[in-house]
Amino acid sequence: MTTLAILILAIPLFMFLLLGLLGMKMSHKLAGWLGCLGMGTTLVLAYTTAFTYYFDPEYTSEIGQRLQVLLFNETWLQFTEKLVINIGFLLDPISALMLVVITTISFLVHLYSLGYMEGEKGFQRYYAFLSLFSFSMLLLVVATNIFQMYIGWELVGASSYLLIGFYYTKHSAVSASKKAFIVTRFADLGFLLGILILSFYTETFDFITLTSNPDAVLTRFGGATFMGASALTWALILIFTGGMGKSAMMPLHIWLPDAMEGPTPVSALIHAATMVVAGVFLVARMFPVYLLDFDATLFIVCVGGITAFYAAMVACTQIDIKRVLAFSTISQIAFMMVSLGVASDGMGIPSHHGLGYMASMFHMFTHAMFKALLFLGAGALIHAVHSNDYTAMHGLRKYMPITHVTFLIGCLAIAGIPPFSGFFSKDEILAACYHWHPFIGLWMSMVAGLTAFYMFRLYYLIFWWKEHKVEHGHTPHEAPLPMRIPLIFLAAVSVVAGFIPFGHFVTWDRMPYDIHLDLAVAGSSIGIALVAIFIAYKMYCHENNAPAKMKAALPALWDWCHHRFYWDELYMFITHKIIFGLICKPIAWFDRHIIDGTMDAFAIVTNKASYAIRGLQSGQVQMYVWVYLIGALLLAAVGIICVF
Amino acid sequence: MFSNILIYFVVIPLLMLAGLALCKNIKQIRAVAVVGSLALTALSVYLLVDFLALRAAGDTAPMLYLGSWEWFGPLNINLSVGVDGISIAMLLLSSIIVFAGSFASWTIDQPKEFFLWLILLSTGVFGFFISIDLFTMFMFYEVALIPMYLLIGVWGSGRKEYSAMKLTLMLMGGSAFLMLGLIGIYYHSAPVGAERTWDLLEIARNGSISTGWQYFLFPMTFVGFGVLGAMFPFHTWSPDGHASAPTAVSMLHAGVLMKLGGYGCFRVAIYLMPEAAHDLAWIFLVLTGISVVYGAFSACVQTDLKYINAYSSVSHCGLVLFAILMLNTTAMTGAIMQMLSHGLMTALFFALIGQIYGRTHTRDITKMGGLMQIMPYLSVCYVIAGMASLGLPGLSGFVAEMTIFVGSFAHTDMFHRVFTVLACCSIVITAVYILRVVGKLLFGPVQDEHHRQLTDATWWERVSTVTLIVCVAAIGCFPNFFANLIRATFTPEIFTVLGLN
Repeated sequence: MTTLAILILAIPLFMFLLLGLLGMKMSHKLAGWLGCLGMGTTLVLAYTTAFTYYFDPEYTSEIGQRLQVLLFNETWLQFTEKLVINIGFLLDPISALMLVVITTISFLVHLYSLGYMEGEKGFQRYYAFLSLFSFSMLLLVVATNIFQMYIGWELVGASSYLLIGFYYTKHSAVSASKKAFIVTRFADLGFLLGILILSFYTETFDFITLTSNPDAVLTRFGGATFMGASALTWALILIFTGGMGKSAMMPLHIWLPDAMEGPTPVSALIHAATMVVAGVFLVARMFPVYLLDFDATLFIVCVGGITAFYAAMVACTQIDIKRVLAFSTISQIAFMMVSLGVASDGMGIPSHHGLGYMASMFHMFTHAMFKALLFLGAGALIHAVHSNDYTAMHGLRKYMPITHVTFLIGCLAIAGIPPFSGFFSKDEILAACYHWHPFIGLWMSMVAGLTAFYMFRLYYLIFWWKEHKVEHGHTPHEAPLPMRIPLIFLAAVSVVAGFIPFGHFVTWDRMPYDIHLDLAVAGSSIGIALVAIFIAYKMYCHENNAPAKMKAALPALWDWCHHRFYWDELYMFITHKIIFGLICKPIAWFDRHIIDGTMDAFAIVTNKASYAIRGLQSGQVQMYVWVYLIGALLLAAVGIICVF
Repeated sequence: MFSNILIYFVVIPLLMLAGLALCKNIKQIRAVAVVGSLALTALSVYLLVDFLALRAAGDTAPMLYLGSWEWFGPLNINLSVGVDGISIAMLLLSSIIVFAGSFASWTIDQPKEFFLWLILLSTGVFGFFISIDLFTMFMFYEVALIPMYLLIGVWGSGRKEYSAMKLTLMLMGGSAFLMLGLIGIYYHSAPVGAERTWDLLEIARNGSISTGWQYFLFPMTFVGFGVLGAMFPFHTWSPDGHASAPTAVSMLHAGVLMKLGGYGCFRVAIYLMPEAAHDLAWIFLVLTGISVVYGAFSACVQTDLKYINAYSSVSHCGLVLFAILMLNTTAMTGAIMQMLSHGLMTALFFALIGQIYGRTHTRDITKMGGLMQIMPYLSVCYVIAGMASLGLPGLSGFVAEMTIFVGSFAHTDMFHRVFTVLACCSIVITAVYILRVVGKLLFGPVQDEHHRQLTDATWWERVSTVTLIVCVAAIGCFPNFFANLIRATFTPEIFTVLGLN
């Protein structure tokens, strides 16, 4: 197993170095197939590892609890006796789950890109970056300590930056990549400070030490407070801030919609299925510590709840199909966050057997599949019409039957219609929410309804609405084979994944249990989803003026949603006007004119003073004699006065 | 005398100088520079291996390879040498940068004179790092500073006379403080009646500088060295000096000379005057804390590539002094790692800027754009340097900064931790100015159509950049090796001040 673990990390890293250093000398085909081969091998190894872990009784204790296994754990950098960064491989239910998710989606994206990116300049570079991303993401999820996670965290950020800015000659892509990096960097500052505070009190980075004995953590903190809140709350909220950045929670969500500037397969891999759930994974990894502090979990629920609703509202008004999917991703990740939050009852005990935790992980898994499917489907559509806007698409169902059916499956899954996978996972989340507090349950049900509405709005606008207008004799056509295979595979997974008895695999305390459908919740949520889909059908299936009427009826609301509640403008104002205009520029001016001016002033004064007295050194002997005489006389005079 | 390995760090540059004097054409000059710097690099690697072997064999003396030869008896001035893990790290850094710098000045005008001064400067640098006698240390320090005036004044660009004068005068001003401080230390170097000494180890052993005098001498030496370490508000020579200096000089200056400042601060000021260091650290902590953030903010709005890096150096070197002043093992280890890291990556930055400037004849980022399409090799190197600077794991900046932050935050005093939080903010600001430059300079559409005819890096430029990148990645990937090498010195037995905290 240890060898497998090392290879799982080493192969993508090796592929990155190989393609990065020698890629330019390779043909596109060779580079692409090498990338796929590398990821394919990693996929097989990861599946072997995960399946062995889940099904081999060796990894289960006598009472049926799944174990946490350190496959290897080597010192990478030692700070003090106790604070050490290790690079290791922690195998437990959630890391095994993530191994499966990451390698599956990554492999499919590698394959899909053979078709999608065909003939692009920098094809080899693209595959190198994909390998780098896969390596970093795997490093993140198998982290044995919080600092290894931070390392992976930074590396996924950098690979995301490189991939968003893949089309580096485009202005929009460059600024989007910059924005993504800086916003997440800002969040990472919080994460880093959180780590510092946590490690200051607990004197460890190690996850197992932290999570296996949370009471010891609490004792270590010993009621330390800072500015009114306990130090533990500060640490946990700051760490969560890192998660908010990566997982695009409000108000740090602004980078994700722009990140859609990257190639679409990248959006599917990084900005839908894997990297953006890193925040959820982080909270799940630290869950036993979060259980200790109700303030922090309450914060998570609030941030998640608000974000879920906000993103769903905005998704209803976007024109660019990738942006609709981006906001939908934000909203769905918020579901997972809320779900993790409601898994804590505030007394240090998980509520309802930590149902929310299981549901969150379940939703992360199903969401990865159907959202990757939707993105890859969107890629096929964009590939066909060369535009991101649904206005260029309308009525595509006849031209692209496979994309149509798979996309529909994705929509049904996310809308929560049985028997598709999203129904099961979302049902568990809603059940957990209702159990925690009816208000949050109702709130999330409403967001679920909105989800069904905006997804079907999108679906009808792309595939129905009116006949497709064929322009310039360019008929849209179905995507090539390497692109179709991933679509079909993911669609198949989205149909069946809901039937996985997830409680047997992933639970907060790693004790398997059976999950049941909550019939009241399930029934009502199906009802809400069907109503929402029906409204979408009425409004968008055939060309009519209902959307225009609605827009006219609620102009302010529509404007705010369409402009994403003006968050970007607010950020622009803060960064450009305040940070650049009121901090950076004055500091630079101050440095040049005041600090440096003072230094120059020393020089000028010296200079001036020398000029002023240089007349004394004239070189004229008569002058010197005069001065000598006057001096001598003055001295004599002084002498005489003193004597008498 | 010649049986001591350390003396060759001075002998080889002197031989190089002699060799240069005999050279007739540029090929011979290049050969001397490359062979000499390779020999220095080989020597430092050998020294490292041998040092580790001695340590493994159980030699726990604070400094190894001690040697002392009388120079001026009446004042007890000796040429005393000795090294520990930190000096070895610094020697390695210097030799690598001299090596890369030689390749970066492959086609300089008046090569003979240029290399003469450059090698003289390196003699000073190597001499400084091996010395443990305060007087010879100071002499080598001056030997390293003065050639800078000519190197910038003659081979520089822009307002070179002004910058050369400013840099030299400000650094000389620092030296004046420093000399006062050193002489003061000498007069209190031994208990009353005993023979006075300039020897660092002996002074530390004697511990005879009274706390009152320490309060006076500590700021003198700390500020004296701090000027070279670009401490706020004595940093303004840095932007002008770097902007005017030729490529290799910028590389050596930011890469090695600024390290003399940081090195001196802990080797002289903190090592010899622990009580004052402990009591007065907070004042300088405030100043260096300001440096860190202030430098980073200033870098955000500059348009000249060299100004950006000069301010970035103010920020990064500020972090070095900041961490040293935390006075605990982890933070101080981080400080030394940051010196290595900053030395390598800034040298890389300046090499690349010089190479870009040599092609486009401008350093103004508003006049360039889309260089990635024109010179992909140089641009990729620039991105790597940028990533190292903003602290990407796997490159050197990350490990150094994290060691500093973790070490500083471990301080029990709330004041220190609050300042650490402030310094941590620099990771975001660094990202802002690095990505701003990268986005403007390398990405986007080509700004100036004339640039399309420019060529990518030549082989000697590649040697220079690859050397530095490999070193940056080596520290970033295997940090523990370097951390252990450095940490061994920072024990309370050697550094009394660590016991005071």
